[in-house]
This record gives sequence, structure tokens and C-alpha cells, in this order.
Amino acid sequence: MSVWDKARWATLLTATALSLAMLGGLSVHPARAAEQRYGLGTPATPEEIAGWNIDVRPDGLGLPEGSGSVADGEQIFLERCAACHGEFGEGAGRFPVLMGGQGTLDKAAPVKTIGSYWPYASTVWDYVHRAMPFGDAESLSADETYAVVAYLLNINDIVGDDFVLTKENLPKIVMPNAKGFFTMDAPEFQPYEPCMKDCKKEVKVIGHARVIDVTPDKPAGAGVE
Amino acid sequence: MKDDVKDRNAPQSPARRRLLAGGAAAGGLLGAGALGLSGGLKAARAATAPAAADSLPPAVPDWTRYLGAGVDAHPYGMPSEHEAKVVRRSVEWLTATRESSVNFTPLYALDGFVTPNGLCFERHHGGLAEVDPAEHRLMIHGLVDRPLLFTVEDLKRFPQENRFYFLECAANSGMEWHGAQLNGVQYTHGMVHCVQYTGVSLRTLLKEVGLKDKAAWVLAEGADAAAMTRSIPLEKALDDCLVAYSMNGERLRPEQGYPIRLVVPGWEGNTWVKWLRRLELGDQPWYQREETSKYTDLLPNGKARMFTWVMDAKSVITSPAPELPMQQEGPVVIKGLAWSGHGAIKRVDVTVDGGINWQTAQLHGPVLPKCLTRFTFDWVWDGKPALLQSRCIDETGYVQPTMAALQEKRGVNSIYHNNSIQTWQINENGSVENVRLG
Repeated sequence: MSVWDKARWATLLTATALSLAMLGGLSVHPARAAEQRYGLGTPATPEEIAGWNIDVRPDGLGLPEGSGSVADGEQIFLERCAACHGEFGEGAGRFPVLMGGQGTLDKAAPVKTIGSYWPYASTVWDYVHRAMPFGDAESLSADETYAVVAYLLNINDIVGDDFVLTKENLPKIVMPNAKGFFTMDAPEFQPYEPCMKDCKKEVKVIGHARVIDVTPDKPAGAGVE
Repeated sequence: MKDDVKDRNAPQSPARRRLLAGGAAAGGLLGAGALGLSGGLKAARAATAPAAADSLPPAVPDWTRYLGAGVDAHPYGMPSEHEAKVVRRSVEWLTATRESSVNFTPLYALDGFVTPNGLCFERHHGGLAEVDPAEHRLMIHGLVDRPLLFTVEDLKRFPQENRFYFLECAANSGMEWHGAQLNGVQYTHGMVHCVQYTGVSLRTLLKEVGLKDKAAWVLAEGADAAAMTRSIPLEKALDDCLVAYSMNGERLRPEQGYPIRLVVPGWEGNTWVKWLRRLELGDQPWYQREETSKYTDLLPNGKARMFTWVMDAKSVITSPAPELPMQQEGPVVIKGLAWSGHGAIKRVDVTVDGGINWQTAQLHGPVLPKCLTRFTFDWVWDGKPALLQSRCIDETGYVQPTMAALQEKRGVNSIYHNNSIQTWQINENGSVENVRLG
């Protein structure tokens, strides 16, 4: 990821303003053009912003005042979450499994859960508050969200049974897979001129989707055996 | 049967004709599902046999003799009833609910490079939000000089941009990592579409609010029941992103984010936040659920790639395909689509022998950057088994990899960003199937 470059922004703005000015036949000094605005929109008040600004960052920015215990979280989880996620986060049907899976990420069948995969506790708080329970988003209070997140951390052996999660201690929690992610610093493949003729000696088919037979809308009697 | 033929030839009132036509239409709908994947040369030939010989020359068909419906029979026009099978389809076992799910564009049935609005695949995380545009606002705040609220009408007063872009879900072809699994190009590659967007440059909007020096990231948030969020680096936001209100000349479809969505050209579809309600400027990413627990690419060593936004060059043959078996020996047009998140498609090669020999296909313009490009290759089928593949190269020189090359880098558990070469096997009986080469 390249870093945000102020000089480039300035150039970009000037270029945009210049082309706008040329299109409109206006004579605007490039330096002034960078300040050109359309005067559209209305100021967003602090109250309006507060109602929608619900995101939480790993450093804790965005967390509201509040706290919740593992014990309270268990009760809320049983009432509001367990129908889909199971009583201990083990998942029901095809709904996401929320616990376990540690040590499986480099195995043939990795189990990606809050405990095994999610790098930040803040993401759990943010997501539970923003989108859960599924179909009743933003219905949990701040304290209830702290409690549910405390319970989710507890069933993943990240905090103890007596733990109380707060605005202050959440950013300090180190998730098991915190160091499990990286950003690419080079292209995955380099350009090359591909072969066009006699590129290989033989071709072998090793798998057929038809044999696996999981394609929907397969009409009765169709398919050629 | 004889009576039937006699009856068909007798003059009839338009009302009687409509009744008969209605019955035929219902039959067509019921039979439509069977057409989709029917395999075999015989089946294909039977499907194309005329339904009523009294419409073919020298006979004069009903639609030539009798008046058709008047104007306004369909105030919003719909495709012919004979195309009823051309719809988005889903794979029920993929997801736990219909509200957090996906369906697929019927690529096999489309020509050109523009996707009709009603066939653009859907991906929702909290169901389809039905937003009243009068009650909707776009809030831009955070590290800005002037936090502002925009109505949809406000956005339409800014200078307008009109651009074609493809949108591909990062998980397109994600079910194929472990082997050939779904037998249809609609399912293997149908999480992509390409339309013309109309909207305002995000750069223009960010200029309107004024950026603080420290602003380096934008959080985009939807107004749906998942309040879907993604962090986007400011460099991309100032490059070519749009806040769009129209697609293919009409207002966005509800399932595509009506009344406004973010357009992030060349980047994975998940970043194109639908029902866009908020853009927050910050000095670092937010590490939201959709950019940590999802849309990260797990490698065999247990580490995962993060922020892999760009959709690398990819192509696929859309006809023949499992849904479109071979009709008969002789001339056939191999058709396909190619695209790259890094720019324009430079070349597409096609093989009919599983990659031993390749020939360059014809590109059909306009060949636009970050846009689907249609290619064709004129072929003569000798009736023998064949292995069809396409391979594209984009303007950066990137060559679409084989699955073997991709697996060498990524293993089989990364779910996202499978842009490998697809193989269709043509069998002697004309059926076409999704196979994996060793």
C-alpha cells in the first residue's frame, strides 16, 4: 500500500480544476481553483453524526462508555444469539461458528472463528453492535454489547469467567491471530510471454463437476453418462 | 394430434389466439428449467425443433396475421417469454439464509459486454434494503473541514461522470478451489457484471467537505441491515471512485444499492458499498468484519493476505458452456468475456486441446479499462471431444494463471480471488462440462 501523498493530491486538484475551468470557459487561477466548491449539501450536526457514527477501531476510537461481564453476556447470548450460533458459539446449521478452531489455519480444513482468525476484539464489538442479532441490528445497548463480546472472548479462552469488558480494557486485548495477516508488497505474478504452440506433451482431466453433482436446477434425466 | 393441426390452421378470433398463446407461454415457463442444463446432442436438437410447423414457411404465422398487443401492455418492457429461463439463479446450499446470500448472472445467455440491469448478480449481507430516496442522506464526516449531509438530489447537481466498469465479487469462482464443482458458467463465473454508471466523482465530494491533513482512509458504510462497511485508502478514493445513482441509463436497481452506491473500479465487489449512507475520513483503516474475518485470503502456512482489493485479469468462455451444449458439428463461435482490475485487456488466447496449442481470439470493442471485454473465436467442431480454455493478458502484461500456478501460491483455502483459467470439456455427444486438468 503506497502512502497518501499530499503533493499528488495538490496536482490532482489543480488538474481537475483546470479541466473544469477550460470546459466551462471560465478563467480561474489554478491556486484559487483548488478551493473551488459547489456549495451543495447541508452541515451535519454533531447530534446527526453521533447517531450514525457507530464504527469502532482497534485503538478503541468509537467505543462508547460502558461495560459488560462474561456472566451477563452468557444470558444475553442465550436469548439473542444462540438460536443461530449455538449455546457455546458452536454454530447451528450453516450459521457461523464463533468459537474454537485455534491451530487449524494451516490445516486442510481450517476453522475460522473469532478465536482462531479475527485479529482485533474491536471488530467483534463493532460488528455485533452494527449488524447483530441478525434481523434486529443495533438493538443491543452499549452495555449489552460489551457483555456479549466478553462472553465471545470467554468461550474462546481469551478472557476468564470473571472478566468484565470495558471501553478502557477492550483495546488492550490481544487476539490469538493478531499477527496472522499481512499486506502484499509485490505482485503475485510477473508478466511473461505465454507459450502458444506445443506447450505440453499431454493433457489429463483429473476432476469432473458432473461427478460431484451439486449444481442446482439439474433437471431429472438430464446429463449424459 | 391431427385435430390439433386442423384446429391450428383454422381461423380464430384474436381472443382465442391469446388464450392459446397464454397456454403455450405457461408451458414454456414450466419447461424452462429443463433447458438450462440438458446435455446431449439429441436433447439439444430436440429443443431447437420447431414447436408448430404452421409458423414456418410457406405458412403465415399468427403473429403475422393478427394484431399484437397495443402500446402500454408492458409499461416497463420485459424480455420475451421465450427467454424466461435467462434469470439470476442461486445455489441454496452455499449460505445459511437468503438474506445474507448471493445469486449469479446468467453469463451463458448474454452477448456484448453490458449486463442488463435485471440480470446483475445480487450479493446482500442483510437483505435488500428498500430505501426511500427522500428519506436518505449521504453523510461525509471525520477528518474533514465541513461535515456535510447530501440528499440524492444534491448529488445530481454535481458535475456528472458516465463510466463503464465491471464489478466482480472477490468470491467469484470461490467454489472451484478444491476441484471442478459447479457445472455451469452461471455458477462458476456469474458473480460479475458490467454496466455504465452515472454519478459524481468521489474526489469532487471530498473536495466539497475539505480534507484535513491527516486524512488517509475512507470508511464507506451502507444503510442496509448489515450496515456494511469497508475501509478504502484515500489514494483510491481520489483516483477513480464514483458515488453512482444510475446504471445503464436508469436509476440504480434496489438490489444494486438504490438510491446511491459506491463505485470502486477494478476492486473487489464488496468495497462497492450499496445503499451508501456514510463516508468517514480517518487516519488509519478500521479493520471491519468484511476486511478481516472475510475478504482476506488464507494461505497454506496459516497466514492470510489482507487488503487484496484489485481483481486480477480473468477470462472465461461463456459459450459453449454446460448450459449451452454443442448443437452440431461444423462452424461454431466460441464466445467469452475477459476483464482486469488493473486496466484494459490486451489479448485473449483460446485453446481447444486443453492448452497444448493456443490461438489469439478477436476482441470486440470498445475495449475499456476495468470493464468486461467480449471476445470471440471462430472454430469448426469436428464432433470429437475437446478441451476449451481461454487465457487473457492485460495491459500490464499480467497473464491469467492456470489453477495449478495459482494453487502453488495460495493453496486451496483462500476462497477469494480465484482468477484461474477455466476448462470446459466438450464430449462426443455435444454435452459440455466443467472439468479440472491435472
